[in-house]
Amino acid sequence: MKTLRRLLHRLISWATSARDDELLRAEIEEHIAMQTADNLRAGLSPVEARRQAVLKFGSVEAIKETYRDQRGLPFLETLGRDTRDALRGLRRAPAFTATVILTLALGIGANTAIFAVIDSILIRPLPYPEAEALVSIWHTAPGVPGVPELACSPSMYFTYREENRTFQQFGVWSSGGASVTGVADPEQPRALFVTYGVLDAVGVKPLVGRWFSQADDTPGSAETVMLTYGYWQRRFGGDTSIVGRTLTIDSRPRTVIGIMPEEFRFQRDPELILPLRFDRTTQFLGGFGHGGIARLKAGVTIEQANADVARMLGVWLNAWPPDPGIDRTVFQNARFGSRLRALKQDIVGTIGTALWVVMGTLGLVLLIACANVANLLLVRAEGHQQELAIRAALGAGRRRIARALLVESMTLGLLGGAVGLGMAYVALQILVAKGPDTLPRLRDIGIDPVVLVFALGVALLSGVLFGVIPIAKYAGPRIATARRGVGRTFSDGRERHRARNTLVVVQVALALVLLIGSGLMIRTFQQLRSVHPGFTQPEEIQILHSMVPMAIAEEPERVMRMQHEILDKLAAIPGVTSVGFGSRAPLESFLGGNFNPIDAEDKPFAKGRVPPLRQTRRIAPGYFKTMGTRVVAGRDFSWTDLYDKHRVALVSENLAREWWGAPDAALGKRIREIGPADPWREIVGVVENVYDDGVHVKPPAFAYWPALMDRYIWGDENGSAIMSGMFAIRSNRTRTEGFLAEAQQAIWSVNGRQPVFLVTTLDALYDQSMARTSFTLVMLAIAAGMGLVLGIVGIYGVIAYVVSQRIREIGIRTALGAQPAGLLGMFVRQGLWLTGMGAVLGLAAAAGLTRLMSSLLFGVTAIDPVTYTAVSALLIVAGMLASYLPARRAITVDPVQALRAE
Amino acid sequence: MKDTDVRQGTLALMVLKTLDVLGPLHGYGIARRIEQISGDLLTVNQGTLYPVLLKLEQEGSIAAAWGASENNRKARFYRLTRQGRKQLQAEARSWEQTAAIIERFFAAKAQDLK
Repeated sequence: MKTLRRLLHRLISWATSARDDELLRAEIEEHIAMQTADNLRAGLSPVEARRQAVLKFGSVEAIKETYRDQRGLPFLETLGRDTRDALRGLRRAPAFTATVILTLALGIGANTAIFAVIDSILIRPLPYPEAEALVSIWHTAPGVPGVPELACSPSMYFTYREENRTFQQFGVWSSGGASVTGVADPEQPRALFVTYGVLDAVGVKPLVGRWFSQADDTPGSAETVMLTYGYWQRRFGGDTSIVGRTLTIDSRPRTVIGIMPEEFRFQRDPELILPLRFDRTTQFLGGFGHGGIARLKAGVTIEQANADVARMLGVWLNAWPPDPGIDRTVFQNARFGSRLRALKQDIVGTIGTALWVVMGTLGLVLLIACANVANLLLVRAEGHQQELAIRAALGAGRRRIARALLVESMTLGLLGGAVGLGMAYVALQILVAKGPDTLPRLRDIGIDPVVLVFALGVALLSGVLFGVIPIAKYAGPRIATARRGVGRTFSDGRERHRARNTLVVVQVALALVLLIGSGLMIRTFQQLRSVHPGFTQPEEIQILHSMVPMAIAEEPERVMRMQHEILDKLAAIPGVTSVGFGSRAPLESFLGGNFNPIDAEDKPFAKGRVPPLRQTRRIAPGYFKTMGTRVVAGRDFSWTDLYDKHRVALVSENLAREWWGAPDAALGKRIREIGPADPWREIVGVVENVYDDGVHVKPPAFAYWPALMDRYIWGDENGSAIMSGMFAIRSNRTRTEGFLAEAQQAIWSVNGRQPVFLVTTLDALYDQSMARTSFTLVMLAIAAGMGLVLGIVGIYGVIAYVVSQRIREIGIRTALGAQPAGLLGMFVRQGLWLTGMGAVLGLAAAAGLTRLMSSLLFGVTAIDPVTYTAVSALLIVAGMLASYLPARRAITVDPVQALRAE
Repeated sequence: MKDTDVRQGTLALMVLKTLDVLGPLHGYGIARRIEQISGDLLTVNQGTLYPVLLKLEQEGSIAAAWGASENNRKARFYRLTRQGRKQLQAEARSWEQTAAIIERFFAAKAQDLK
C-alpha cells in the first residue's frame, strides 16, 4: 500500500517536476537563511554566517539529485533521455540509420505480413459464433480401395438427424450452380444447397428475412431461395424489397426468403442458397456426395461425437436398403468409420504447411537482417569507442552504458518495425486485392491487434538480438582500457574480429539454407512442368460452362442437338481450330470429383467385394482432339455413336494397363458402371493419362462415356444427356479481346436463355493446380534472394573493414616486396574461409531443416545432391566475388602513403 | 560507516518523534531539534534531511503546507498525520524491542551463553 502510494506520488511529481524543483530550491533557501540568521545571532560576521550555514547544509546539488531520484521516475527519465540521445545520434548518421531501418523493415515487414496471413487463416477462429463447436462429418471406409474419405449420403442425413445424441444442430450440404434467368443476362451463380440445420449450425443470422425452416426441406412445399450479401449487392444493388419477390431459378419460380450478412462465409463462396430436399422413400445407403456439418452440444468433444457417429453407422447400415445392383455385404465390407474434424480444418485445407514453411524462411531472413545490423552496429560502436570510454571515465557505470547502447538498438528496432508494419500493410492490401482465390479466407486477411503485438514483439526482440552483441563487446569490463587503442591503427589480432566473423558465418549459413530451400522449390517446379499433363498448349484452350435449362429442352436427344449446334457455331468463329464438349474439363476436380464403381465383364468381382472407384466423365467427339490428349489405341467416339446410342466407352491408359496389361488388349472388352440398369459398354479406344487432380498427383484411372447415351444407371428409356456441360475451344485467339464475347454470342445465338459460367482457360486451371508450389517458390525465392544479398554484403563489409584496418600492415608488406597477387590472395582466402565455414554449417542445417518442407516437394528429395552442390557453388562464387572486390583496394595501396597516414 | 552518517531509517524515526513532540515544524526547525538532542550527529549534512522528509510525505506519514515562519518568511511546515502517529508508535515499539535484545545480548557474559 505504502509503495503504491509512493509510486502515485512519484508519478504526479514526475508530471509536475519543474514546479517542484522551484519549491525545493525555495525550501533550501529558507533553511539556509534561517541557519544564517541563527549564526548571526551567535555573533558571526554576515559573510561567515552564510558560509557556515551553507557548509552545514552540505552539497545542495547532491541533495537535489537524491531528491529528484526519489521523487520522479528516474528509470523513465533516463529512458527518455537515452531515447532522445539515440535519436539525435541516429539523425547524425543518416546513411547508417537508413540502411539499418530499411534492412529491418524488410525483415520485420515480411514476417508481419506472413504472420497476418497465418493469423487470419490458421489461428483466428472462423467468423461464426462459437466456431470451435462446428465440425464437418467425414467417414473412413478402409474396405473400399482408393478412397481416403467419404462424405455423407442422404440416408445418413436422416439417420444422424434422428438418432444423434451429441449434435446440437446438424445438416448436410452440397454445392453447384443454379441458373438465374429473367433478371439480366442468363447466369449461373455458385449455389449452396443446404438441408434444414446447416445454417442453424453455422449460426449466422440472416441480414434480412429468415432461414430455411424444416418446411422448406419437405418435397412439394413452396420453392424458396436465399441470397448471399455479395450477390444481392451485385445483382440487386442492396434492395431489401427483393425479399418476398420471385426469381426464376433453374426455370422454376422461387421466392426469396432472406439475405445472408456480409460476414457469412462458406466453402466455395456461394452466391445463392437453396434448400436441399431428399425424398425419404427413395433413399438408399449410398450416394456420399454431401458435406455434413454439425454443431456439437456444449461440452461434447470430437472423440465423443466420433463414438456417437460410429454407433449411428451401425444403425444406418441396417435401416436402409442397399443401392440397387449392389449387395448389402459390399457396404458391410466397406467397414465405415467416423472421422469428424473441426470445420476450420476443412476450410483451411493443406495451405498450412506452405505458410509455415514461408514463415520459417522469412524468420531466417530476419535473422540474417539482424546479423547484418549487428555488424553495422559493431562498426559504429568501434567508431564510438572513444566516446564510450570518456563516458565511462566520467563515471557512467557499465550498466548505464549498456542501457544507452540497448536503447539505441531498440529504437532502431522500433523504427524498423514501424516502417515494416507500413510495408506489411501495403503488401496485404495488394494480396487481398489480387490474391489467388485458392487462398482460403482471403477476405479475412488484415492487420488486427494480434498482428500489431506480433510486429511490436518482433521489433523489440530483434532490437535486443542485434543490440546485445555490441554491448557484450563494448560495454564489457575492458571499456576503460579500450581508449588506449583508439586513434592508432594497429594490426589487429584475430580476436578483435571474432564477433564480426561469427556473424558473417551465421549469415552465410542461413543464406545457404534459404537458397537450398528455394533451389528445391525450383527443382520441384521444373519437375512439375516436365510432367506431360495429358493435354497440350493449355493457353490456347478456352473453357466455358453452359447449361440447357429444362424449360427449353428436356428430351436428351434435343439437348444434345442443341449442344452440337453450339459446337458448330463455336467452330465457325475465326481462329478456332477445334472444339469439344464434355461434362467437365481437366483440372476441375475442385468442382467435385465424379467417382463411381466400374466393373469389367471379364474381371468379375467376388460377391461383397467393393470394386475400386474410378473417375468417370462424359464427352462428345472432339473433346480429346481439342485438349490435345492422344488416343493411344482404337478411336475416339463418333457422332454416330452418340445419336445411334451405341454402347461404347473409352478408358484411360492406366486403367487399360491395370486390367488388361496393354492399351491394345483393352479394345473390345466391356465395362459398365455398377448400377441397377447400366448395360455393358464396349471399349473402342484408349486415351493417354490425364493428370486431372494436378500434375503432383498420380493421374486417376478414367472411364469415359458418351455425352448422349441410352440407359445410364437409372435406365431412363429416353436416354440421358448432359444438361450442364463444358465447351472447350482451341484457338490462338483465346487471350484477345472480343473472343470471349464471340463465343458467348455463339451460344446465345442458339439459345438466348442459356447461362454461361465458370469461364476460364485450361492454362489458368493448370496454373491454379500449381498455385501452392508457385506461391511457395516465389516466397522462398524472394527470401533466398534477400538472404544472399545480405550475406554477400556481410562478407564484403568484413573484408573491406579488415583491409581498411590493415592498410599500414599492407604498406609494410608491399614495401618489403610482397606481390599484389599474394596480398589479394590473403584477403580473398579470408573471405573464402568465412564463406566455407558458413557453407558447411548451412549444409548441415539445410539437411535438417528442408525435411520440414518435404511435403511441398515433388520429384526431388529434401537432400537433393544437385541442388546442394549447385547452391554451394553459387554461394562460394558469390563469396569469392564479395571478398575480391574490397581486397582489390589492398593492392592499390601506396606504401609511402599508407605509412605516412598515421 | 562513519558515526555522523545517520541512516535514513533512524533519521525518519527521529523526524516523526520530533514532529510528535513539537507539533508542526519547518525543515530547519526539525534539523535543529534533532541536532540539539542527538548532539553532533547531524552537524555534517543537514541537507540529507530533505530526501527523508520527501519519502515520509510520499508515504503519507507527514503532511506539508506552506506557512509563515517566526521571522515572517515563507516556509514549508511539516506535521504528523494520523498514519504517521501510528507508524511512529509501531516503529518506536520495534526499536525498543531491538534495543532491548541488543542490550541483553551485549550484557550477556560468557558463562550465560554456556
